[in-house]
Amino acid sequence: MENLKNHATAAEEFIKDEPRTDWHDETLWFVRQKRDLAAHTLPEWEELREWGSQIKNHTLSNLDEYLENFETNAQANGIKIHWAKDAEEHNQIIHKIITDNKFEKIVKSKSMLTEECHLNEFLIQKGIAVVDTDLGERIVQFRNEAPSHIVLPAIHLKKQDVSETFHKHLNTEKGNNDPQYLTEAARQHLRNHFVESELAITGVNFAVAETGGFVVCTNEGNADMGVNTAKIHIACMGMEKIIPKAEHLAVFLRLLTRSATGQPITTYSSHFNKPRPGQEMHIVIVDNGRSRQLGRADFRNSLKCIRCAACFNTCPVYRRSGGHSYHTAVAGPIGSILSPNLDMRANADLPFASTLCGSCSNVCPVKIDIHEQLWKWRQVLVNEGYVTTTKKIGMGGMAMVFAHPRLYRLLGSIGRKTIKWFPFFVNNKLNPWYKQRDMPEAPKESFRDWFKKQQK
Amino acid sequence: MSSRAEILAKVKQNKPTLVPLPNIDFNDLITYPDLITQFISVVEKIGGAVFLYPTEEDLAKNISLEPNETYNINTLNMSEAEKLSLSKVHSLDLERVHTAYFRGKLGVAENGSIWLDEEAMVNRVLPIICEHLVLVLDKNLIVPTMHHAYQNIDVSKTGYGTFLAGPSKTADIEQSLVIGAHGPRSLKVCLIG
Repeated sequence: MENLKNHATAAEEFIKDEPRTDWHDETLWFVRQKRDLAAHTLPEWEELREWGSQIKNHTLSNLDEYLENFETNAQANGIKIHWAKDAEEHNQIIHKIITDNKFEKIVKSKSMLTEECHLNEFLIQKGIAVVDTDLGERIVQFRNEAPSHIVLPAIHLKKQDVSETFHKHLNTEKGNNDPQYLTEAARQHLRNHFVESELAITGVNFAVAETGGFVVCTNEGNADMGVNTAKIHIACMGMEKIIPKAEHLAVFLRLLTRSATGQPITTYSSHFNKPRPGQEMHIVIVDNGRSRQLGRADFRNSLKCIRCAACFNTCPVYRRSGGHSYHTAVAGPIGSILSPNLDMRANADLPFASTLCGSCSNVCPVKIDIHEQLWKWRQVLVNEGYVTTTKKIGMGGMAMVFAHPRLYRLLGSIGRKTIKWFPFFVNNKLNPWYKQRDMPEAPKESFRDWFKKQQK
Repeated sequence: MSSRAEILAKVKQNKPTLVPLPNIDFNDLITYPDLITQFISVVEKIGGAVFLYPTEEDLAKNISLEPNETYNINTLNMSEAEKLSLSKVHSLDLERVHTAYFRGKLGVAENGSIWLDEEAMVNRVLPIICEHLVLVLDKNLIVPTMHHAYQNIDVSKTGYGTFLAGPSKTADIEQSLVIGAHGPRSLKVCLIG
């Protein structure tokens, strides 16, 4: 029933290196703290979150009309619109534009949608190479890995890893781990790709129905550099990226980067409205399961996500298990509620990769009830038969024990005695709870017995 | 059925009951005792440097005193003919630009960003490809927040525009901040007035 590598087994692999796990945990927590500092600079922060949430709720409740408005206005500005119902169609559309123009020099800035659709792999199979231009994405591309975080794609790597990768691919000095030096090497290497690029692919952070334009946010300037050089720009957008008016961008641009990295805004918040003279601009609007998710009342709210990754950085499970454990394009808590919609069987493990502590929902800039949806997905997955037999039997057993007070008391008493007198019965490999944990010390009496004594 | 029709039909069928847009109350927004001080402090925090000039002439004088051995492009007082020819130059020929000067249309105190539209850039790639960037801004064009910014400018007036905040940067290697990722290695903001 489960994948060969589910979250738990992949996480086990990740945490073998304890100092690295600690570093990962602390670094992401530091980013979370920067988010808090940035949020606290604005007295209206909570109201801003509420506005963001309501604008997204409104947009989803009128999504078809906004999509049509957007299309009409974008076309009037000379942009070509394509519609893709799934990942395959999205990839085909892009492939056709490339082959029709016989392009070979293609650059791509960060787009989680193209990761979701596995565009790079699709094009490689057709003999077409795409150069990822975000520094973190270029690093993982060299290493044949997927990004492990939607904002910080190479956060699972240390500078020594980057140094080795660049030594191999860019011939940088062996053992030079200076981030300044390594970034400069990437700058020189990618500059050559930029100035020669024929086609640039970007994502879309926000698409404005009223203007037919869209906004792309980066710190490095890689999206703008590629797009403003290339003859053709293709922007790939999930259809939930729509917002009604340009003035709503104020709300989202204020929320996005403060939530993501603690910056007040990204270096570039670029508004693309029309192609430059002689340039072609295309937008691919992608469904890929989003219209289905829109129909699930319990889960539609996940479509409000603006991909800031605040829920990743705050999540105690993500921080200690790494992005690759989630085996999907979007990891972390939000990924765990989006991915089961894409493939319930393959991603059945993800809603269980959470403590349900609720921190994700507390930091979400658009107030998605992430932890509640994780809990609801668990119920759907159990009902649909997508959990392992051991988990099913275990949960069934627990439900029975909790429903029968006498049985509960009896088992409690047996448990306390076992831990006290026969600890080897529980402190062994057959007990999954004992893995990486010590069993608790057994109390002398149960709470119930203690309470009854107090009553006397 | 085309994919477009199929997608729109599914969305129409699955969308929830219409809920209203929120009312964004400007009275609830942060206020700053001094917009210019706030703006300067954020620009410096995000890696930019700020210089103050009482008048445009003072700035021009200063620019004329700068060493002239590098390839610089100053769009501040360009003629229409010069602009037209610059707009057609390809990235390959702009790669060596050392410093480029532009006039910003608006500044935002809360985040230190400056709005540059296509008209101000002349060539879309120039503010990204130059090694060093100088943005000139009239002190009176600074607004408190992004809400005010969108109230004051029409972002769809030209084909392209960007809120530019600081020099390009990355922290993709172990979260160590490096200034000068793909775009400019430095940003100088010249406030006039």
